[in-house]
Order: sequence, then C-alpha cells, then structure tokens
Amino acid sequence: MLKDITIGQYFPGSSFIHRLDPRVKIILTIAYIVMLFVVSNAIGFLVGIALLIVSYVVAKIPAKMMLKGIKPIIPIVIFTGILNLFFVSGTPIFEWGFLKITYEGLRLAVIMAIRILALIAGASLLTYTTSPIELTDAIESLLKPLKVLRFPVHELAMMMTIALRFIPTLIEETDKIMSAQKARGADFESGNLLQRAKALVPILIPLFISAFRRADDLAMAMECRCYHGGEGRTRMKQLHLGAIDLYGSLVMALCIAGVICINLFVPAFF
Amino acid sequence: MPIIEIKDLYHVYSAGTPFEKVALDHVNLSIEAGEFVGVIGHTGSGKSTLIQQFNGLLKPTSGEILVDGKNIWDDKKNLRALRFNVGLVFQYPEYQLFEETVYKDIAFGPKNMGLSEEEIDQRVRDAAGFVGISEELMEKSPFELSGGQKRRVAIAGVIAMDPKVLILDEPTAGLDPKGRDRILGRIKEYHQTKKNTILLVSHSMEDVAKYATKVLVMNKAKIFTYGTVDEVFSKSDTISHMGLSIPQISKVFHALSEKGYPVNRNVYTVEGAKQELLKRLSKGHVR
Ligand SMILES: Nc1ncnc2c1ncn2[C@@H]1O[C@H](COP(=O)(O)OP(=O)(O)OP(=O)(O)O)[C@@H](O)[C@H]1O
Ligand SMILES: [Mg+2]
Repeated sequence: MLKDITIGQYFPGSSFIHRLDPRVKIILTIAYIVMLFVVSNAIGFLVGIALLIVSYVVAKIPAKMMLKGIKPIIPIVIFTGILNLFFVSGTPIFEWGFLKITYEGLRLAVIMAIRILALIAGASLLTYTTSPIELTDAIESLLKPLKVLRFPVHELAMMMTIALRFIPTLIEETDKIMSAQKARGADFESGNLLQRAKALVPILIPLFISAFRRADDLAMAMECRCYHGGEGRTRMKQLHLGAIDLYGSLVMALCIAGVICINLFVPAFF
Repeated sequence: MPIIEIKDLYHVYSAGTPFEKVALDHVNLSIEAGEFVGVIGHTGSGKSTLIQQFNGLLKPTSGEILVDGKNIWDDKKNLRALRFNVGLVFQYPEYQLFEETVYKDIAFGPKNMGLSEEEIDQRVRDAAGFVGISEELMEKSPFELSGGQKRRVAIAGVIAMDPKVLILDEPTAGLDPKGRDRILGRIKEYHQTKKNTILLVSHSMEDVAKYATKVLVMNKAKIFTYGTVDEVFSKSDTISHMGLSIPQISKVFHALSEKGYPVNRNVYTVEGAKQELLKRLSKGHVR
C-alpha cells in the first residue's frame, strides 16, 4: 500500500561512504557528474563505471537498489537515444527510406545513455548513504555564501527538513483516513474518472485540515522553544571534515585526472 | 452460530523487509451475536490489527475470517457490503469528518449504501439521537464543534449504517471523565435497544468491567483469554502479571479478602461494591 513508498530511501550503515562528510559527498557527486561529461573515450567510461560500482560495493548498497534508482528514467534514456540515433548528421552507416543512422549518431546515443544512467546511479548513491537531515544540513552549509545576497539559506534548509520529516507522517495519515472512509463504504476503485476524482474529496479535506493543524502546532511548539530563525543558532551535530574526507576527495581527484589523461593520450577507438 | 469467527489468523506487517512485525500470531476466536465485548491489551498487542480484519480493511497473511458463517475473502465484491454490516469506528474518528454540515457527514455512510432519501433522513436522525447530537447542531459545520461533539458525530456516522456488529477503537481516548461516561453510556443504551453485537477496544479496565458482557485480553499478538467478565477478572493475578491493571475497586476487595474479611472477590464496579458491602453489613459480618 502507501506504506511501501520509500522517500529519501536512506539506507543506514557505517561504511566509508556513509561516514564521509555530507558536504564532501555532495561536492564529490557533482565532481563525478562533471567527470561523466568530460569523458569522451571508452576507457574513460570504464573508469567512471568502475568507480560507481566500487562505491556501491563499499557502501554495501545492494545492486537491486541501484537498478531501482535507474528504472524510472529508462524511458527518457530510450527517448534521447532514439533522437540522437536518427537526427545526428554525419557518415551514414544504415539507410532505409527516410530513416538514416549515422556513425556519429550511434556514438552519441550510446555515450548519452551511459552518461545519464551513471549520473542517476551516482546521485542515488548520495541519497542512499546520506540521511535527509544530513543532506539538508550540508546544503545549508554549502549555500551559506549566498547569505551575502540576502538569500534565506537557513529558512530554505529548515523548510526542507520539515517537509522531509512530515512525508512519512502524512503518508500514514492518508492511509488511516482512507481506511476510515472505506469503513463507511467509500469506494475508490470503481466508476469513471469524474466519480473517482470525487471519491477523493473525503480523503483530501481531512488530510488538508490535519496538515494545517500540524503546521500550526509545530509553529507554536517552535516558538515556545524560542526559535527565531538562523541568527546565532548553534547545532547539536557539527559537521567536521576528517581524514576520510581527504581520502575520498583524493580518489575522486585521481579518477578525474586519470580520465583527462586518457582523453588526451589514449586514442579514441570508438 | 457465532457472528464472527476467526480461524488460525496470522498477520505480518511489512513482510520481507527489516521492519517485519508479526501483529497477530495464529489466533482463534468466536464471538456470539448480541455480546458486548471489551477488548483490552497493551499498546502494540494487536488490538487495532485484529478489529480491522473483521471488516476486511486488512487482509490476513493466512487464516480465515468468517462473518455470519461466510468467509469474507471468498468474494472480494462482497467486501463493501460487509463493511455496512460490520461498522468500524477508528481511534480519533473526528479526524475523518469532511462534509459541510454535521447532517451530511452522518449521511455519508447511508448514502454509500444506496438508500432512499427518506430512509437516509430517518437513519441520520436516529443515529444523531443515539449519540446525543441535538437538532440545532445538525446544520453546523463539523469543524465548529467541540472535540467531544465531533467524536460523537463521527460515531453517529457509523451507527447510521445500522451495522449488525459495531466495533469501536478506543472511542474515549483523550476525553474527560464526563465525556467518556456520556459516550459509553450512549453506546450501552444503543446496544440494549438494538440488541446488536459490540466490540469496544479500551485501555480502561473500569470501563470494560462496567459496560461489557465479555472480555477479550490480547497480549503480544496472541489472545490471552476470552470469557465473561467474571471469568477473566478471576484471573486477576496473571492479568496483573502482564502489566494490565484490574479495576481499582477489585483491588480493594482483594485486599479486604486477604485481610480475612469474608467478602466476595468478584467485584469489579463501584455499583457492585456498594451492593456487596450493603449485603455484608446487613448480615452483620463487618462492623
Ligand atoms: N501499518 C503498520 N505497519 C507496520 N507495523 C504496524 C502497522 N500497524 C501496526 N503495526 C505494528 O503491529 C503491532 C500491533 O499494532 P496494533 O496497532 O494492532 O496495536 P494496538 O494493540 O492497537 O495498540 P494501541 O493500544 O497502541 O492502539 C505493533 O507492534 C505495531 O508496531
Ligand atoms: Mg490501536
């Protein structure tokens, strides 16, 4: 049922990757994505994919989860693949009526597919190994320089934290309200589109009311504890850079340097 | 024939994940029509899970549920009809109110049953009368009412379906003693008028002792015992062992009998205590 939806999909653990500072993890993920776009050569891609697989193994995230992260974007991959395949001009290798596949098109289609898949798998690893709270803390810390431009960094991070915190609560609440209305004979499964949309009213109204009530209560509770925004606020869990963050960054730097060298010196045979 | 019968019922939540939890562990039970059953047990003992099986909101992992002798999962199409027969009032039911007026909200169930306008009107007014919602509240928005009134409107919404079995999950949670007695009193009256079957989940032994005819004690996903109030409370030692307290007045009488006073140990309500004491006093046993 609704309970089976996993959001944030954090996999608790204590691996090397779990223990990396979340800020470093975000930056490394971005670096990895940049690397994927720098690569232009088959051996470079092998390095990128190997790094991804090693990271998943080190983090002890089952391969099943990697596939689960990739699954939703497969239609996009196929779509861009087809576009690249048929609409890139160059040396034709196959022609049939108005359809024409070029060598360049085929190459681009394969490269883009690998890039998108590795990108999503890499970004999923970040959410699998970082709890939502850590993630928002890190985003707040990384965006701090924007404060100079009067950008409400702390407020944004607080909003994200609260939203993430309440998703499971609201899912549970929806489940409960649905059961309660079903017990009164509400029918969500039959009827035409209009009837089904109408059947949602008995769920949505109580849900909204309860969400507003919760927001109200939470605001009150925060005020009672003298919450007044980010100014002068200290944290219970300070983020600290450690040796493992250095090692992690070194590995990534080496990979990027290696990929650039491969780009420059190894002939592109594909 | 029992109205509800469960055979070897087994229910697991989140099967196959690290959060797997056995909520009902091979339980058997049969409830005769017309009983007023008090269901007690610790937090997390599986009470809510059990009662949601009776109207098919939860599907058992294995085992059978017979209502009126028919297995409810034989034909999924009958589930909706079943829910009109087995009315379930959830914990904190006031959070399910959604209509513009109290009247319309109570009418939601009967309307889903496809009854005629007059029939619906009759049922709404009867149900409101049973729970003590007065005529002038009917056209108000349910969100303008007090907590206790909302609770009674929500209960009326289920009573209006005129179910053969009425199940209430902690209908008095979070109410003051007066509101509690009021709701339970109404339910008892309703039971006596309609002669239907009622299951009342409660954390209060006093309430169960006062209103129920039978008691079902759940413990750690199993049924610890099911029997008449006398039978169950006579096992007060084991019940106390489980960390559930017997009614305070019973404790007083147990203490008295341990001190050697010749009083009846099977006293569970203040009213019963009064009778017992008056009887003893008039016989001159106690000075
Ligand atoms: N939707 C769910 N998903 C997973 N586990 C659940 C779910 N609902 C209940 N449980 C677990 O099943 C067990 C039985 O829960 P249940 O709600 O039936 O207890 P209860 O006796 O009604 O408790 P209470 O007196 O607190 O209402 C509990 O351990 C609970 O954690
Ligand atoms: Mg419960």
